[in-house]
This record gives sequence, C-alpha cells and structure tokens, in this order.
Amino acid sequence: MTAYRAAPPATLRIVPLDALTLIYHRASGITHIVDAPVPEILEALGEEALTVDGLLARLAERFDLADADPMALAVRLDELVTAGLVERR
Amino acid sequence: MGNAVSAAILTRALRDPASTAGLDANGWTTLLAIARAEQLIGTLAHRLDGLPMPQAAARILADARASAEQGRVAALWEAEMARRALAPLGMPLVLLKGTAFVAAGLSAGMGRHIGDLDILVPRERIGEAEAALLVAGWEWVKPDPYDDAYYRRWMHELPPLIHRERDRMIDVHHTILPLTARIRPDAEGLIADSLPLENNLRILNPNDMLCHAAAHLFADGDLAGGLRNLWDIHCLIAEFGTAGLEARAAHHGLSSAVARAARQANHHYGTPIPESWRVWDSMDPLFARRLLARDGWGRQTRKLTRFAFYLRSHQLRMPPLMLARHLYTKWRKGHVPG
Amino acid sequence: MRHVTSLRIGPMGFRIGSDWRAPIAALDDLYRDYPKPDGGIPDFNVHLFAARPWRRFIRPSVHIAGDFVIPDAAPLPLEMGLLAAEMGMNLQMALGQRRYLLLHASAVERDGKALLMTGISGAGKSTLAALLMARGWRLMGDEFALVDPATGLIHGFPRLISLKNEALPVVQAALPGARFGEIMEGTPKGTLRHLVPDARAIAAMAEPASPELILFPSFGFAAEEREVLPSEAFVRLTQASTNYMSLGERGFDALTGLVKAVPAHAIDYPDTDTAIAQVERLWGTR
Repeated sequence: MTAYRAAPPATLRIVPLDALTLIYHRASGITHIVDAPVPEILEALGEEALTVDGLLARLAERFDLADADPMALAVRLDELVTAGLVERR
Repeated sequence: MGNAVSAAILTRALRDPASTAGLDANGWTTLLAIARAEQLIGTLAHRLDGLPMPQAAARILADARASAEQGRVAALWEAEMARRALAPLGMPLVLLKGTAFVAAGLSAGMGRHIGDLDILVPRERIGEAEAALLVAGWEWVKPDPYDDAYYRRWMHELPPLIHRERDRMIDVHHTILPLTARIRPDAEGLIADSLPLENNLRILNPNDMLCHAAAHLFADGDLAGGLRNLWDIHCLIAEFGTAGLEARAAHHGLSSAVARAARQANHHYGTPIPESWRVWDSMDPLFARRLLARDGWGRQTRKLTRFAFYLRSHQLRMPPLMLARHLYTKWRKGHVPG
Repeated sequence: MRHVTSLRIGPMGFRIGSDWRAPIAALDDLYRDYPKPDGGIPDFNVHLFAARPWRRFIRPSVHIAGDFVIPDAAPLPLEMGLLAAEMGMNLQMALGQRRYLLLHASAVERDGKALLMTGISGAGKSTLAALLMARGWRLMGDEFALVDPATGLIHGFPRLISLKNEALPVVQAALPGARFGEIMEGTPKGTLRHLVPDARAIAAMAEPASPELILFPSFGFAAEEREVLPSEAFVRLTQASTNYMSLGERGFDALTGLVKAVPAHAIDYPDTDTAIAQVERLWGTR
C-alpha cells in the first residue's frame, strides 16, 4: 500500500484567513493558497506515514465526515504530492 | 569610464576582502556592478560579511545574501522534487554544479547564484528519466525541431525541461561534455565514483567536480561568466587540495583544461597549487585578460577577443561542417554572436 | 558610458549612463531637486546604449540594460530617451529589488498614514495619485510602493509621474503650476508626459508611512464599492508584486501582515471626480 507523509510541521507556516488558508512551505519557498480539507489532511497526517484508508479513518475520528470517499481523498493527496506538501512513500 | 577599470577589482576583493577598506564610493559602485554582472555578488557578500564598509554597500550586500539564501532554498527544492520524481526508478541521480555545492555544504556554494538544476544520470537510462520527469510535471521548453534534434544528437543533455508549476528548468546530462567534442570524459566513472548525500542524492567526488568545472570553463562555453566558474575551482581546490587531481584529469582527457583552470585560479584568486603547476603557456595571458574584461558598469569589453572565444568554443564542441550548419541555422533565426 | 547622472528616488539610488546626452539632460532637468544616492553608491545601474556604434547617429535607437536585464527589451527611438531611462529604472526595481516587498501600486500619505492603490494597467492609479497630490496628499509614488518586511511600513518611490493619453488634460487642469516633461507621442503606451512630483513629495521622499487603506480601483464602470477580504487582497497583491517569491518567508510575513491589518476595498468608477469622492469617503470611514 502506498503511504503518504506530510511535510514536517516545522517546515510549514499555516495562516488561516477568512475563506482560505495560506501555507508557506519553508523547504520550497512556495506559498500555497488552499481550502478545506487540505489543512485538515496535513494535520491528520502529522509526522506519520499513512495509507489512504488509514488517513480516512483518522479524519473520520476527528471530523464529522458525511461522505467518506477514499477515491476523493486519494485525488486530493495526489494534488498535494504534486505540490510537494505530501510525499509518497 | 576608462580602460583602467577591469574585473580585477572583483577578484582582488574576493581574494583579499580587507582590501575593500581602500575603496571610495566610485570603487564600491564599480565593484558591485561587476560583481552583479559576473553573478558573484552573493559570493562577494559572504566574503565581505562583517567588514566595515559604507552603509549603502552594506545594504546592497545584505540584500544579495538574502537573495542567495532564497536561491539556495529553491535550488535544493528542485533537487528534492527531481529526486522524488526519479525515486521509483532506483537510478543514481548525481547533482552537478551549484546545486551540488549547496547540497553538500561546500564553500563554493556560499552565496552562489544557482540557475537551472543540472543532474547527471546513466546514459542508457536517460529515456526513463525523461519519461518520469514528464509525468511529474516537467515540460519541453522549446518546440523548435532543429534545436531539439541538435540537442538529442549531439549535446550531453536532454533538451531543457521546465516545470509547469514552478517555472524552473532542469538539464538532464549523461556526461559532462557534448558528444561532438573531441574529448570524451569517462561518464560511467563519474557516476561510479560519485558520493552519496542523504536521500539517495549524489554528488561527484571532489576531483571530478574540479574536472567538470574546468571542462565547463574552457571546453564547454565561451568563457562568459568565467570568474564565477573560476571561483568554484578556487573553492574546490582550497577545500579538497590537489591530491590525485592530475591523474583523474588525465583519465578524463581533461589534463590541459584542469591545468589551465588551476593556473588561472592561482593567478586571479591566489589558489594554493603545487609550484610545478604554475608555469604559464602562451595562451594564459589571453585567458587572464579575457576573464577580467569588464568596464566600470559591469559590461563586457574586448569584443574582438570575445568573438574569437565564441568560435573557438564551437570548434571544440563540433566538427567543422556541423559547426557551419549550426551557425547558419542560428544566424538565419537572427542570432548574432558577440 | 559617455554621459552619466545619478539620483535617489525614495530609498533607492540609481546611476544612469547613456551613449547620448539628451536622455541624461532630461533626467538632470526633471530630477534636479532629487538627492543623490546615499553615500554616492547607487543600488542599481541603468545603461542606455546603441547596439552598434554607428547607431548613435543613424536612426539612433536606445537599448535599455542595467544590472538586471530582460533579453528582449525592445529599443526606443532617441526622442523617447527619457522614457527609456524611466523604463530602465523600473526594470531594475521590478527584477532586482530584494530589500522591500515591491507592490505595483501608487501610494499617497496623509497624517503619516498611507493609502495604497493597485490594479491592472489602465485602472488609473497614476492619475488618481496625481489628483490626490493636487488635493494636498503627499505623493509617495505612482508606480511602486515598497513594504518593509522588518517594520511593515510603506516606503515611497516618487519617481516622475507617468501620465498617459486622456489622463493628461485632466491632471494638467488640476495642477496648472506643476512642472512637466516633453510630450512624447507614439510611445508603446500612446501619448505620454512626465509630471514632476511637488516639492513636498520630494522633500519627504525618505519618510515611510504606516499602511492604512488598500484600494483596487477599476476605471470605466458605474460607481460601486465592495469590501475585499484579506484572502482576496493577498492573492491580488501577490499578483501585483514582482518580487514576492524572491523574498521568501520575509515576503510572506510582510504580505500576510499587511492584509490582516489593513482594510481593502474594490472601487469601480466612471470618472475621476467620482473616484476622488469615493477615496476621500472611504478614507474618512475606515
């Protein structure tokens, strides 16, 4: 199973503004402008490597997920991999 | 701005930072303009850090240090993203030039300007590397079919790729000189003797880094930006010495380039090299003057010399007929050397 | 370079060299009340040069270069030498500025507090800044505003105000006593004339101001105003900055600090009188 690991929290500056959240990624020097559930995904991953199912279970514990769809989560994760905020392990 | 001005003001400041104490406002203006033109202002800023100087110069150099630091972050990130893209292939990925220096924390990387990411991969696996990079978001820079065919047939790298999100270029090399050049460095040896960093990234061993820098300075370019390449050579020799360098250079067929690079570095930057290496040949004065050809605004002077070097570098890279065809194609597209 | 001058605009010093006398003479005239670079050491150099020696005389065309260059900067005819010099200085700022977060914005100051106006080209930020100067605001700049990441304060860049086409008669009427440069017809931006900022703007050019209000004006629409949320202001200001990425975390801090602390509004306006009234009212109710 592919596991996903988030960028170490110390490398991220997360600033929530009104509708969106800004993430400054110190390792890349890139600013990401993101919406839910990206901050939640990064927080749930923490410093662990999790599979999609593992991450989904953890998100379900913390949030009231109406539609726990692993495919949708995998798509989000792939976007974060492209952005460099999450690494595939 | 008379002919008395040359980039010697920059080499002197790099070699002996305390010598800048004697500069007046015009001297600082010239030094900073030339350092920018040679893309050595970040290096200069590190060399001069903490020395007394006019406020205005101190501010400009502080900006240059911050800028170089941001450049370092961006360069290391490109290397990391290339590593992630190629990781599933399990092939060795060797960082070259500036990115290698900062990744390994070498003195040559202090404040260094870093442009594209240059990496070396095994020649027989370059197609796989290309495919993996395309999947990971890199794209062809130029659709020009002549340039593309030229790169693929004759150069030592893939046509440059640019990342569509980050707008940064990567040059994927399989050796350190074009296949058209008479000299064929031992590309397999470069990879076999490379050194691991963390995360599967690799760098050339120090003597190969020196061979590459020398090849880049004399055999693979028109000497433009030569003082920065020469500073790399100075730092590498100062940090690692010259033990085994002669033999390694001979192995790659780069003896004369490495020897000349060492002589020029010794001449301009006071690089410690063995006494027996310091005998100049008839071309050395020409190279020495060409490297310093800048006016007080940082603009290149000695245009006739520059043209001679331009042709010379193409002659080294390509057999004559191919050279003629190449220049004709370039000129038709409006590109004028010099 | 045969002809040379140097000057300071706000906190930034420039040295400009030229193969011809005319552009330098125009700069020396219009910038005559400006100070010299701090300590005699400019932050940036600009070169105006002929591509071939004979082009100094035959159909002279002015190439623009400097410490920072773009490879395909189109040359200008010699009659537009002053414009070439201005473009050269702008280019250095846009490509080389690393001390301040550079915003493509005009700025005016009142009571030590700065109003920033930014928008796409043609939104009228230069015109509005000139008209506000005519109404007693201190002009801080019509093109660039500089955010100091260390303090959050705005530093001005009061270069010559660049007035285009329809804006010219409006501003000339509002500032009958002001000094203007030569009228340049047929520039890449149409008819263009430079206006010298007033004595107060020049005298106070080194004084920063604390940001108080951000406006995103759009010309050519019915009068309308709406509040701009910090997230939208952040996105629009990163697009209005040439060096946000280069500054790294300092840029991030400067910009998040700015949009969190300073209210922002978008204003649509059909004519400049309406815009000035909108600006004054928003300033009063901020």
